[in-house]
Amino acid sequence: MSHPTNTRNPAYTPKDATQTRRFPLRELVLFGALLIAVLAVYALMGAAYSTRMLVEAACYAILALGLTIQWGYAGQFNAGVMGFVALGGFCAMLFSVPVNDAFWGTELPGELGQVLLYGIAATLLVVGATKLDRLGVPKKLRTVIAVVLAVVLYLVVISLLRDVTSQIQSQAGFVGGFGLPPWVGWIVGGALAGGVGYFIGHVCLGLRSDYLAIATLGIAEIIKAFLKNSDWLTRGTATVSPLPWPTPGPAELGFTLSRAIYLSVTAVVIAVIFFLLHRAYHAPWGRMIRAIRDNEVSSAAMGKDINKRRLEIFVLGCILMGLGGGMLGTFNSLFDPQGYLPLNHTFLVLVMVILGGPGNNLGTIFGAVAVYIIWIMSEPLALFLMQLAVAFGEGTFGWDAPSNMDSRALQARVLVIGMLITLVLRFAPKGLLPEKIKSHG
Amino acid sequence: MNELAFFINNVVIAGSVTGSIYAIGAIGVTLIFSIMRFAHFAHADMMTFGAFMVLLLTTAFPAVGASIGVPTALIMLPLAMLLTALLAVGIDKAFYKPLRAHGVKPIVMVIGSLGVTLMLQGLIRLFSGTGGQSLYVDDRKEIFRLALPFEGARAPIVITEPQIYLFVITLVAVVALHLFLNRSRLGKAMRAMSDNPELAQASGINTNTIVAVTWVIAGGLAAIAGTLLSLDVTFKPDLSFFLLLPIFAAAIVGGVGHPYGAIAGGFVVGFAETLAVFNWNVLLRPFQDSFPEWLTLPSNLAFVGTEYKIVVPFFILVAILVWRPTGLFKGKVI
Repeated sequence: MSHPTNTRNPAYTPKDATQTRRFPLRELVLFGALLIAVLAVYALMGAAYSTRMLVEAACYAILALGLTIQWGYAGQFNAGVMGFVALGGFCAMLFSVPVNDAFWGTELPGELGQVLLYGIAATLLVVGATKLDRLGVPKKLRTVIAVVLAVVLYLVVISLLRDVTSQIQSQAGFVGGFGLPPWVGWIVGGALAGGVGYFIGHVCLGLRSDYLAIATLGIAEIIKAFLKNSDWLTRGTATVSPLPWPTPGPAELGFTLSRAIYLSVTAVVIAVIFFLLHRAYHAPWGRMIRAIRDNEVSSAAMGKDINKRRLEIFVLGCILMGLGGGMLGTFNSLFDPQGYLPLNHTFLVLVMVILGGPGNNLGTIFGAVAVYIIWIMSEPLALFLMQLAVAFGEGTFGWDAPSNMDSRALQARVLVIGMLITLVLRFAPKGLLPEKIKSHG
Repeated sequence: MNELAFFINNVVIAGSVTGSIYAIGAIGVTLIFSIMRFAHFAHADMMTFGAFMVLLLTTAFPAVGASIGVPTALIMLPLAMLLTALLAVGIDKAFYKPLRAHGVKPIVMVIGSLGVTLMLQGLIRLFSGTGGQSLYVDDRKEIFRLALPFEGARAPIVITEPQIYLFVITLVAVVALHLFLNRSRLGKAMRAMSDNPELAQASGINTNTIVAVTWVIAGGLAAIAGTLLSLDVTFKPDLSFFLLLPIFAAAIVGGVGHPYGAIAGGFVVGFAETLAVFNWNVLLRPFQDSFPEWLTLPSNLAFVGTEYKIVVPFFILVAILVWRPTGLFKGKVI
């Protein structure tokens, strides 16, 4: 300690590591423009409509935060946001809808529980059969036994389940809800989405990054198919509504005020998530995640368990998506499995994240609100433009326009979203508010 | 014996049909994967685009086929293949090449291809509407009924005209691809590039040409697959997300980057789908008398309902990723 000045190389003074605070001009300009856009929507469309738009944008912001930690923090691409959103919406429905006495009053719940128990027992049996080689059974024989057992037991359980579910459908309509407050459903929805995310991540995260995209795309379609066709659980295409709100509903306070209160609930949730994510990002854990994203080999050499960390962050993102999906479902007050579309619930969220700035939470929230406003406003705009084109075509060329022009006009928005994705990737790969990389000298 | 005819119709023929279509699609995906090293999500929409081109051309000249005696749609197929190949090369030049030039990670290319998917989908739906349309505009779909050569077989084996064309064209396409990859200079250069891009470039192979050729082949095959699928059923603009999963599952089952594996994978996935939705009760019912008393079979013994068909390729995908991520034939890229 006698000659501290000699032992330290002046090129590596730690003062460079402290970030120079710059004036956040870009943030201010962008959020100012956003505020003006919101005010313009309020002036044009009225308070009730605009508040609804803001609540939905806030729910999408939660989804976008989920995706930004997967894609921005860790470089994992989740192409099945829709599935996790639908799971969240389903749980919000299941827990908040009033109890259906036509189902719970009969012996049907007992039978359903019995089938579920059979299912668990069958799973245990099959898992046991896969361990038979420890008792000295040859490995090939064990595999054959396990596969045959699995097929037979699966067929038995599934036909029992088909019986019970068709009885439920014919006698009680559907299972009904638990009559609990909606926030219970949101939390369980997040947990369920996280569980599915754990399963997918466990299978795919150790392999090429493309496989995760393929698998998530598939699981999203499967979840949707399940929710759409399980009439005994979700009423399928018949839809369930209304879903009770955790806050006073429009019937008591009017549309604007009740939606404003719901908006404040979502705002609080976003603030909490934002704060926690901000802390996590700057904590050693966040640094480790980014190190893995930027250079896997060197972080593995540092002794980091790459697959475990990846799984952690993937599950975390899925939990947020389930939570956001639950809040969105409750707000819509309608559970319609067919309403979950890859375009609205996967690619829109993707555009929000890559346009706003992957890895930058503030940018993601900005992207979510801005893109959602554009998305909502583009619907009347697309219809107007299409009508203009049809009128022009009929007047000038005597073109006989097909009757379904309105639905085609909405398809044009698919084109715009696709173009946005490719253009942003090409010209602004870091988004409008790029992730701030701290430089250490 | 009626049960046997039912089994052949619903499993053997239906499985070969879906298997062929998945195989042709998976070959394209796997070729792109082996040359450009990314999962091309827009492939299913290139298939739809090819079918849509056939639909447009057939609607424009509906009477061409009748003069020769084949469906008009088949005569328009080469033209549609050309157009789809051009589209594929154009998409590469406009969207993928700039990304490659920036040296982005493969996953960014995947997202880019998802953007292209949406653009193609939007364009196709904008022009075709969202409903289904038959590719048989002026022609009539021939249906052949072959009686089984057994006593008391009343139910015939049913096979339709487009299904026969499907098998013939699949065979021709696979043989042509095999000859191209093994005999021609370009094909050998392609295989070299798939093995080691740097070495291929260093030995004087023009990688830009190879990339363009890959897109031409992938586009042409996509047009074939899309058209044959639409001939067999109807043309629908929103098939892509349901086709993507089986096609990728087929490519991964066969081993990514392995064209022959992709063919095998396509048939594995196709047959698995039809076997899973087949009601096994039909085959077991004749033996009902010989079963013990306590065993009454439920009337529906299918593994999954038709509405959950998409679960099958996903299950195969997960199983292969867990037990053998390199695929059955040891793919090169992992």
